[in-house]
Amino acid sequence: MAATLKDATAIVGIGQTPFARQLDASEKTLACRAIVAALDDAGIHPSEVDAFASYTMEETAEVEIAKAIGAGDVTFFSQVGYGGGGSCATIAHLALAVSTGQATVGVAWRSRKRGSGPRPWRNTRTQLPTPGQWTRPYGLLRPADEIAMLARRYMHEYGATRDHLFNVALACRNRANQNPAAMMYERPLTREMYMGSRWISEPLCLFDNCLETDGALACVVVSAQRARDCRHRPVYVHAAAQGLPSQHHGMVNYWTDDPLTGPSWTAARHLWKHADFGPQHVDVAQIYDAFTPLIPLSLEGYGFCRRGEGAAFSEGGALEIGGRLPINTAGGGLSEAYVHGFNLINEGVRQLRGSSTAQVPDATTCLVTAGEGVPTSALLLRS
Amino acid sequence: MSSIMKGTTDNGPLLPVPDEDGAPFWEFAARGELRVQCCAGCHEPRFPPRPCCPRCQSFDSEWRVTSGRGRIWSFVRPHPPLLPPYAEQAPYNVIVVELADDPRIRLVGNLVAAPDAALDSVDPARLRIGAPVVVAFTELAEGVRVPRWLLERP
Ligand SMILES: [Zn+2]
Repeated sequence: MAATLKDATAIVGIGQTPFARQLDASEKTLACRAIVAALDDAGIHPSEVDAFASYTMEETAEVEIAKAIGAGDVTFFSQVGYGGGGSCATIAHLALAVSTGQATVGVAWRSRKRGSGPRPWRNTRTQLPTPGQWTRPYGLLRPADEIAMLARRYMHEYGATRDHLFNVALACRNRANQNPAAMMYERPLTREMYMGSRWISEPLCLFDNCLETDGALACVVVSAQRARDCRHRPVYVHAAAQGLPSQHHGMVNYWTDDPLTGPSWTAARHLWKHADFGPQHVDVAQIYDAFTPLIPLSLEGYGFCRRGEGAAFSEGGALEIGGRLPINTAGGGLSEAYVHGFNLINEGVRQLRGSSTAQVPDATTCLVTAGEGVPTSALLLRS
Repeated sequence: MSSIMKGTTDNGPLLPVPDEDGAPFWEFAARGELRVQCCAGCHEPRFPPRPCCPRCQSFDSEWRVTSGRGRIWSFVRPHPPLLPPYAEQAPYNVIVVELADDPRIRLVGNLVAAPDAALDSVDPARLRIGAPVVVAFTELAEGVRVPRWLLERP
């Protein structure tokens, strides 16, 4: 039998710092705190860590982390590009390394001071010539503007409305209201607040945008065999995928034959091909939500509904607890914290441990996705 | 140093920072011509420009003149916070235009009332997906001209 990733590894530890608009500690310190907490959660000593994975946008290098936490000899390290598109791929890379014997204890992390730090789009000095030359002179400056352009087209083609986007924002907010660690805990959202809020980039308003957060998270990945000896019920990496579609252009994906078919479609085809179950057997999903329109686009891409039906899928409380597909059960990037999607991974683990603050009863399978609209990645987790 | 190399005017709008592949587009734009890169082998147009044809892998390309006509494919209206030269005009429009010559070639731009008019010079009620538009050019800085779009039926 050919080597397979399927259930060969498991996430056995999760850790995180508090989430806030502004934290005093440095990104490096926050990263170390989250990693040490994740290792403690797993019951594994830092000296056993021999693999690291993070994002290319991560500002603390492995050498700094490794020496600070007291890691042993490290034999695998990787970074994944494309911002939030890399979240699930960090776990996937560790799963590949551990399942092929390149390492035994892997740590993935993301630490970010986006709340107190500068807004990346304000940088006029280092604008990337490609594709910035085709967009920024015209005032298409921010990620919100870039996604709003696709959102407007999506609404036009499929009759999606702001109420559909509100359904997404509300589901995330309702779950955050149950999660004391969420930035929007005890801050309910109403339709009146949503419809009356200020525009960021029409057709997207304030509540269609993710939070600005300081914080860090980490996960520990080991072999399935080792996982049985750890403190918590193992959460197996059942399938993993990265997705860079043919002729894809990133956030400004206006130059393909079909701009509304994003990277989630590519990742999904690979994911389901390698899984023992399909979308209809997913109990709970953590779907990357830097912006509300990414949810309907992802629901279509990952096969929970057909093309053009993602917005309508959100009707009737489908995304809430008890609905067809509860999503972002800790509040997601919209209402828990925006740490480039890593909080979605930790929440996926909590759901399959049965320890979420918005637990889906008897959840045994969870889809976690990374940023749609950029080269992406995804995980199917199972208990 | 010319302003196009700096990438920004002092307090004005961001200027295009061309890469090697995009430079011809901006050189033609400076002469008031809207051209797109096409494969010299199989004649397929492609955007953004790149060194190699993704269809036939030819490295030879030519820059085909377009009719300068198109339709609005989508649009947004950015509101602050924005960089100062854009915040001053906000909310303004940014549109994506699909070219009449080849609807798969889409260009980001602005719909304006006249070539040199402000980015908020068109009544937002006139913004409509599918509206026919025609290209015009405006000078952002000395020697730097960018395409703008006018409603075909103002
Ligand atoms: Zn060709």
